[in-house]
Amino acid sequence: MEANTRSTGRLPAAFLTPGSSSFMDFLAEHQPELLPGKRQLPPTQGVIEAPHGTTIVAATFPGGVVLAGDRRATMGNVIAQRDIEKVFPADEYSAVGIAGTAGLAVEMVKLFQLELEHFEKVEGAQLSLEGKANRLSTMIRSNLGMAMQGLAVVPLFAGYDVDRGKGRIFSYDVTGGRSEEQGYAATGSGSIFARGAMKKLFRADLTEDQATTLVVQALYDAADDDSATGGPDVARRIYPIVTVITEDGFRRLTEDEASEIARSILERRLEQPDGPRAALL
Amino acid sequence: MSTPFYVSPQQAMADRAEYARKGIARGRSLVVLQYADGIVFVGENPSRALHKFSEIYDRIGFAAAGKYNEYENLRIGGVRYADLRGYTYDRDDVTARGLANVYAQTLGTIFSSAAEKPYEVELVVAEVGETPEGDQIYRLPHDGSIVDEHGSVAVGGNAEQISSYLDQRHQDGMTLAEALKLAVQALSRDTNGSQREIPAERLEVAVLDRTRPQKRKFKRITGRQLARLLDADGASSATDAEDETTEDE
Repeated sequence: MEANTRSTGRLPAAFLTPGSSSFMDFLAEHQPELLPGKRQLPPTQGVIEAPHGTTIVAATFPGGVVLAGDRRATMGNVIAQRDIEKVFPADEYSAVGIAGTAGLAVEMVKLFQLELEHFEKVEGAQLSLEGKANRLSTMIRSNLGMAMQGLAVVPLFAGYDVDRGKGRIFSYDVTGGRSEEQGYAATGSGSIFARGAMKKLFRADLTEDQATTLVVQALYDAADDDSATGGPDVARRIYPIVTVITEDGFRRLTEDEASEIARSILERRLEQPDGPRAALL
Repeated sequence: MSTPFYVSPQQAMADRAEYARKGIARGRSLVVLQYADGIVFVGENPSRALHKFSEIYDRIGFAAAGKYNEYENLRIGGVRYADLRGYTYDRDDVTARGLANVYAQTLGTIFSSAAEKPYEVELVVAEVGETPEGDQIYRLPHDGSIVDEHGSVAVGGNAEQISSYLDQRHQDGMTLAEALKLAVQALSRDTNGSQREIPAERLEVAVLDRTRPQKRKFKRITGRQLARLLDADGASSATDAEDETTEDE
């Protein structure tokens, strides 16, 4: 609320004090009340009802990584939103997809994007992919208080590691625990089904097109068995968000591209409802 | 304890202004020009790492001449101001005008406060618009005054001479290659009017390019791209001009 008076007049001393390149550190010193993790929590009983995002999946392929998410947000047994976006670019070479409490998740992504951008502008160089992943860990950890009240945020972070020349995936738990995943990963309520689907379809030598098809197949299977995950909505033209990160940077598939993948999968599923078969041995 | 001599306010201010101007004049000048697709920043800078130009926010760039540690401090202050403002309100609420006002207030307060030494810096804050008419360029001298500029602007020790050279030759709708070449010509003229060569590796060049698909329009131009632009002859700039006319239609 002081931001108004600060917008005119001289830059406050805190702005001109040499210090950390982190925007979060700056906020913590200058206006800590703006940090989500510093918020005072009122005592509550039971679980707070808020829209939840559900399934996010990711898979690597030689030369990059694919991150995709369904579009449904649920509140209990009600569909709160049909076209929610849960996959965002974090910066030029990474993306983050978020399952859990939608409002907090979107706020966290906004702060995370800003954190990476701020560092890049101040230092004149990008953080390493590990550095970005660690920063996200810190942010989830600061949300632990709210996670304990049922407002958990569980992201999946994927990016192209410019130094190693390959795509990498990091998954998190509510306490901020971070682990690197090999090949493919999923988070959210439909993740067990999505992971099962990817386990059978994933190969290390997928092409980019195959990888995007793989993640949409996995989302379809998640939606098939988890009521909180939304499948491709052909009637309303709402398709999963699919993003690809390679050496050329972040790219989100256009609606046409995403619809083409989703429609071809739907067509096959009309003949074979359980999807593609893996060889028995 | 001895009684200090009386110094008139006029004299005190004149002394401070002279001190700041001398400091700024020690560094090399730099120029900021509008071209058809945006705004280009050009300066002579032997360092690869210590930049004179940088990104502040999506459409806003920053250029500075003078004392490095002082303008670096102001630059980071500006990045913090812009990021905090964008975070509190919305990305669209961060404007060059707002930032220039904050810098003007900051520089002005420092300049007129007897307790602080004046900053030896001269800044340019530029914002690229959707169209050339929407471009904004503000020049901020050491004393906190603020000048709204159009077309071209030069800051630094040799700024007046470079400015008048640019004013005569700069035109609206120049291609990037044309604007860049004009900027280099202006910078390579010495105070006595003679020309000297500035090699490409001593040039620091950055643009705010409105045609970039990303939200962040700031981009450094280095290496091969810079060499190509400097070598571009009339033929390639003519095709560029054709492209622009088709875009306009």
